[in-house]
Amino acid sequence: MLTLRQISKHYNPGSVNELCLFEGFDLSVAEGEFVAIVGSNGSGKTSLLNIICGSIDTDAGSILVNGQDITRQKDFLRHRRIGRVYQDPSKGTCPSMTILENMSLADNKGRAYGLGRGVNKSRIARYKELLLPLGLGLEDKLHTPVGSLSGGQRQALALLMSTMTPIDFLILDEHTAALDPKTAEIIMELTERIVREKKVTTIMVTHNLRYAVEYGDRLIMMHEGKIILDRSGREKQEMDTDEIMGIFNRISVECGN
Amino acid sequence: MALLLSVLEQGLIYAIMALGVYITYKILDFPDLTVDGSFPMGAALACILIVKGMPPVATLPICFAAGAAVGILTGLIHVKLKVRDLLSGIIMMTALYTVNLRIAGKANLPIYNLPTIFENDLVNGIFTGALSRYKTVIVILILTVAVKYLLDWYLSTKSGFLLRAVGDNDTIVTSLGVDKGLVKIVGLSVANGLVTLSGCIFAQQQRFFDISIGTGTVVIGLASVIIGTSLFRGVTFWRVTTSVVIGSLIYKGCVAAAIRMGLSSSDLKLVTAVLFLIILVLGMDRKKKVKTDADTTADQQTL
Repeated sequence: MLTLRQISKHYNPGSVNELCLFEGFDLSVAEGEFVAIVGSNGSGKTSLLNIICGSIDTDAGSILVNGQDITRQKDFLRHRRIGRVYQDPSKGTCPSMTILENMSLADNKGRAYGLGRGVNKSRIARYKELLLPLGLGLEDKLHTPVGSLSGGQRQALALLMSTMTPIDFLILDEHTAALDPKTAEIIMELTERIVREKKVTTIMVTHNLRYAVEYGDRLIMMHEGKIILDRSGREKQEMDTDEIMGIFNRISVECGN
Repeated sequence: MALLLSVLEQGLIYAIMALGVYITYKILDFPDLTVDGSFPMGAALACILIVKGMPPVATLPICFAAGAAVGILTGLIHVKLKVRDLLSGIIMMTALYTVNLRIAGKANLPIYNLPTIFENDLVNGIFTGALSRYKTVIVILILTVAVKYLLDWYLSTKSGFLLRAVGDNDTIVTSLGVDKGLVKIVGLSVANGLVTLSGCIFAQQQRFFDISIGTGTVVIGLASVIIGTSLFRGVTFWRVTTSVVIGSLIYKGCVAAAIRMGLSSSDLKLVTAVLFLIILVLGMDRKKKVKTDADTTADQQTL
């Protein structure tokens, strides 16, 4: 259970460029829920994820995970219980290290990184087992540096790596936006499968309205730092892309773009 | 022959320093100028400890530890006080100048008739007769190879993996739930430990400490790293650390050749700088760096 209570965030406070992004923002995400967030540029979607992950500070308000206040917790400490996939496929992996080395790193998350061997050979079979269902042939390329893989392959690997260890939340920051439509589709299907298998609470920001309608249990539309649409359960299932497109266009026209 | 021996000896000693620079420059992507201060610190410590009667072998771990401590300080200045990487190194380099003078007590400290790791009962007992002129190079070779393999081992541990990851993509280190600042501090610490160890061995081979021996250390280190890594870019049957060691030998060879062609030893630093420039231009390492720097400036302006 994630709760954001009365979050406020201003950029450039005290200057002429002061921008108020959030003012008294509230949001609750239930355990195991898969939330899709859509909204125009500057609506605060990515800032919201950054606030949850601790990448940016808030001015006021509190963030609670299962009742525990993590508002002042450092970002790297929060990430021990969060898996995160970024828009840029190169952010979720280490390009100069091999697939095997990358997976070994991710496999050790939550434990100490000491002077033990970096690669645990007895885990190789398990890694291959995880890579096989992707259907990308990565299981035969364990010793290939990740930098020489394509964006889609890297993103699939990043998604896999972010969910290898037990996590409370999966945070997906427009993770299909930099991929071609076909690869994006594969990554979305993989996402759906992982989320359902692990029953992990997931927050996905996307620009693709169709993905937001097709995937997830709940759909949130944001505009200028506010939630203007929040549907879950049957209400969400009955929505179609045209309807949400209509709402999206209406708010866009209202503010002149 | 004497020239070849001297190139081998110095090349191998500087190779240990170059391995330290390899960690900061290539792995961490941190241009660390601290080395200009930590290298002579190793020399100063070695000489004063030997003058005070310490067994020469004991100077090696002491110098490594002292260098590691200096690296931690550079790291703390950069990570905790948020000073830019280049400036953190410059601050430490400047401060260490005084520290080194204080350690040695004066600007020049010879140890001509005292035991060193090359000149003691054990080494003299093993290398007798015709072998004795090779004893220095053999001892250095053993030390350098040992350091290289220890570094290879470290880079294959979990901690070493993190070090490689932080230079590659520091976002992922945060994603793994690890403080990336701490990883940088560890890297700087190991790197400066090696550089100081190299200075310690250098002083015992030269048999003196001089305050000026640190000048240009970083240039020699960078040149060795860039020669090694660009010359053997596609080589997969040995590790990059081996390329760096060979790079150091080639670099020392080039400098020796330049001096032999009629330049005097006072021209050494100029030769060092010009050679480095040639290597940078030929090595093509510069293009990427300059471009990224330009990009970051552009980014900052748009912000």
